[in-house]
Amino acid sequence: MTEAASCRPPDSVLKTCGLSMVFGGLVALDRVDLTVERHSITALIGPNGAGKTTLFNCLTGIYPPTRGSITFESGDGRKISLKGLAPDRVTLLGLARTFQNIRLFSNLTVLENVLIGCHGRMRAGLLGALFRDKKTRAEEKAFIDFSYDLLVRYGLKASVNELAKNLAYGAQRRLEIVRALATGPKLLLLDEPAAGLNINETNELRELIETIRTSENLSILLIEHDMNLVMNVSHVIYVMDYGKLIAVGPPNEIRRNPAVIKAYLGEE
Amino acid sequence: MATFWICFLAFPLVVFKINANTRSLDTRWDRLYILAGSVFVLTFIWRFLLKRRSFDRLTKVVNEPHGSAPKPTWLTRLAKSRQRGRLLAVVLLSMCVLPFLSNPYMVNIVTSALIYVTLGLGLNVVVGVSGLLNLGYVAFYAIGAYTYALLGYYFGLSFWVCLPLGAIFSTLLGLLLGLPIIRLSGDYLAIVTLSFGEITRLVLTNLDFTRGPRGISNIKPPSFFGLNLNGTPKQFLIETVGFHPDMDLNRVFIYFIILAVVVLTIICVYRLENSRLGRAWLALREDEIACQAMGINRTRAKLTAFALGSTWAGLAGVVFASQITFINPASFSFMESIMILSIVVLGGMDSIPGVIIGAAVLILLPEQLRFFSDYRMLIFGALMVVMMVFRPGGLIKSVREVYIHQASDSKPEPRPVVTALSTMEQGAEDD
Repeated sequence: MTEAASCRPPDSVLKTCGLSMVFGGLVALDRVDLTVERHSITALIGPNGAGKTTLFNCLTGIYPPTRGSITFESGDGRKISLKGLAPDRVTLLGLARTFQNIRLFSNLTVLENVLIGCHGRMRAGLLGALFRDKKTRAEEKAFIDFSYDLLVRYGLKASVNELAKNLAYGAQRRLEIVRALATGPKLLLLDEPAAGLNINETNELRELIETIRTSENLSILLIEHDMNLVMNVSHVIYVMDYGKLIAVGPPNEIRRNPAVIKAYLGEE
Repeated sequence: MATFWICFLAFPLVVFKINANTRSLDTRWDRLYILAGSVFVLTFIWRFLLKRRSFDRLTKVVNEPHGSAPKPTWLTRLAKSRQRGRLLAVVLLSMCVLPFLSNPYMVNIVTSALIYVTLGLGLNVVVGVSGLLNLGYVAFYAIGAYTYALLGYYFGLSFWVCLPLGAIFSTLLGLLLGLPIIRLSGDYLAIVTLSFGEITRLVLTNLDFTRGPRGISNIKPPSFFGLNLNGTPKQFLIETVGFHPDMDLNRVFIYFIILAVVVLTIICVYRLENSRLGRAWLALREDEIACQAMGINRTRAKLTAFALGSTWAGLAGVVFASQITFINPASFSFMESIMILSIVVLGGMDSIPGVIIGAAVLILLPEQLRFFSDYRMLIFGALMVVMMVFRPGGLIKSVREVYIHQASDSKPEPRPVVTALSTMEQGAEDD
C-alpha cells in the first residue's frame, strides 16, 4: 500500500483524498484515497456493507462527504472539485452512473430514456417547446438520431419504442448503461452491472464494458461482486472493507493479497 | 354475505322515516327488500367481473411469459389510431356548430365542461406528467377569476387585458408557492398544497377589497370589438340559420373563447410533453434520483411544472368569472380541487384525450342525470371505486409517442457492436 503515491498519479480522471463519510456514529467511509486513471477500467470490490455504494453516492453528489476532497479532471486540464455539488451538476461535468437496483424511467419508451440522458446537452427551453422553431426541431431531430444510433450500436434496436419496464432484465441493465452514456460522460460509474445476470449475459456485459471504454473514449469505475468479470476486465482493483481501503493493485496481485483473502473468507 | 352486511348497515337509514306531520316513526320494509335484492345482484356481477379479470391475467401470463406490452383496449387504440386527425376535425367542427343548433342551457353546461377540460389539462401537467400531487389547484383558479373580477370592478379593465394578466398572476403565484415547498414530495406536498388552497379561499373571504363572502357581481362579459352582440348580429343569426331566440350571444362568444383556449391548451401541453422540458418532468415523476443523475436540475423542473400548470388554472378562472358573472369564495372550495383531480385520475394520468373524456364524463353526466341528483355523490363514489379496480390507468391510458426512424434508407446503420445473445451462446459452445 502506497497511499502517498496513489494520491499523485500521472494522468488521472478522478481522485479522492482522505474522503470520509460519517452517518451519525457510523463511519461508512474512512479516509478513502482512490484514483481512476484515464482510459482505465478500475474496479471496486469488497464484502457487502463495505461502503462501495456510499463511495459512489459521495462521488455523484447524492451525499455530501463529511471530509476529504474529490477532484475531477475533465480532460481539458481543468481540475474541478466535486465536493458539495448537486448530482445534476456532477453529471453535467461528465460523471455518469448507473444504479445497483435498476432505476430506469419505466413508463417511458427506451428511446425517451436515452433522450432524457441527453437533457444536459440539449438547449431548448420553454419557448422552444411551445413554438417549435426551426432550431428546436433541428436539435430534437439531431438528438433523436443520436439516441437511436446509440441504441442500435449497443444492441437495443428492436426495442426502441418499447416501454422500459417491458424489457427483459438484461436489456434493462444495458439500457441503463446506454442512458448513462447519453449524458456524454468522461467517467462512467457502474454499480454492480452484472447483478442478476446469467453467465452469457455477464460475458456480453464484459464485452460491452470493454467496447465502451475503447469506442467512447472514457474511463470506467466499476463496483462488482462477480469476480470472474472483475478479474478479466479491470486494470486496477481497489478492495474495501468496513469503509477502509485494504488493498490496491492489478488483478493478479489482488488475487494473492492476504488482506483481501482475510476480508472475504475470514482468518484461518 | 355482502348483502346482509349492507342491509344491516343501511337498516336505520332506509327503513325508518320520521314523519314530521304525525310525529311518528314510519317503517318502510319494501325499501329494504329492494335494496337487498339489488345488492345481491350487484355482488354477483362484481364477482363475475373480478373473476374474469384474474382469468385474463392468468392467460396473459401463460401466453406471454416475458410480460410484453398489454393489449391496448379500443379506447386506447382509438386515441392513437391513424384516424386521429380526422376524428379531431370532426369533434372540433361539431363543437363549432353546437351553439347554432342547440339551446342556451346546453351551451352553458358545455362551456363549464370546457373550463374543466382546461383545468384538468393544467393539473395534468402537475400531477399526471410531473407526479407532484397538488390538492390546492383551485387556488390558482380563484386567482384567475378574482384577477378579472377585481381589475374589472376597480379599474374597469376589459376581459382581453385580464385574460393574460390572470394567467401571469397565477403563474407568479405558482412560482412563489413553489419556491418554499419544492423540497417536499408525495404526501407532504399534498398537505401543503391542500392548506394553500384553503388559505387562499379564507383570505378571499376575509379581505375587504375582495368584498368578502358577498363576492363580486355584475362581471362584464368579454367584448367583441365593442359590438353589441345581442343587437343586430343576433337578429341576423335568428333569421338566417334558425338561431335559438333565447340564446345570449355573449354566452356563445364565451363558449368560443373557451373552445379556443382548450385547443391552445391541448397544443401547448402536447408540445411540452414531447420536448426536453416535458421529458424532464416525466423523468422527475418516474424516478427523482435517476432524474438528477441524468443532469436534470430537480428544483427547476419542479418549479416550472408547478408554475406552468397554474397558468391554465388562471386562464380558466378568467373565463369562468366572465361566464358566471358573479363570483364569491364559495366557488373555490376544496371540493373543486378534488373534482379537478378526479377528472385527471378518472380520465387517465398524463393522457390528453383521457382528461378531456374525464371532464366530459364528470361534468356533463351529472347534468344529464339530474333525475338522480340526490344520489349523485353516491354514484360518483361508486364509479371511482369501480374505475380504480378495473382500469387503474384511467379511461384512456397515456400512449407514448412512437418514433419512426427514417435514417435507414438514406445512410447505412451503424454496425451493432454488441453481438446478439445467440451468437454469444455459440461462442460459448466453441470454447
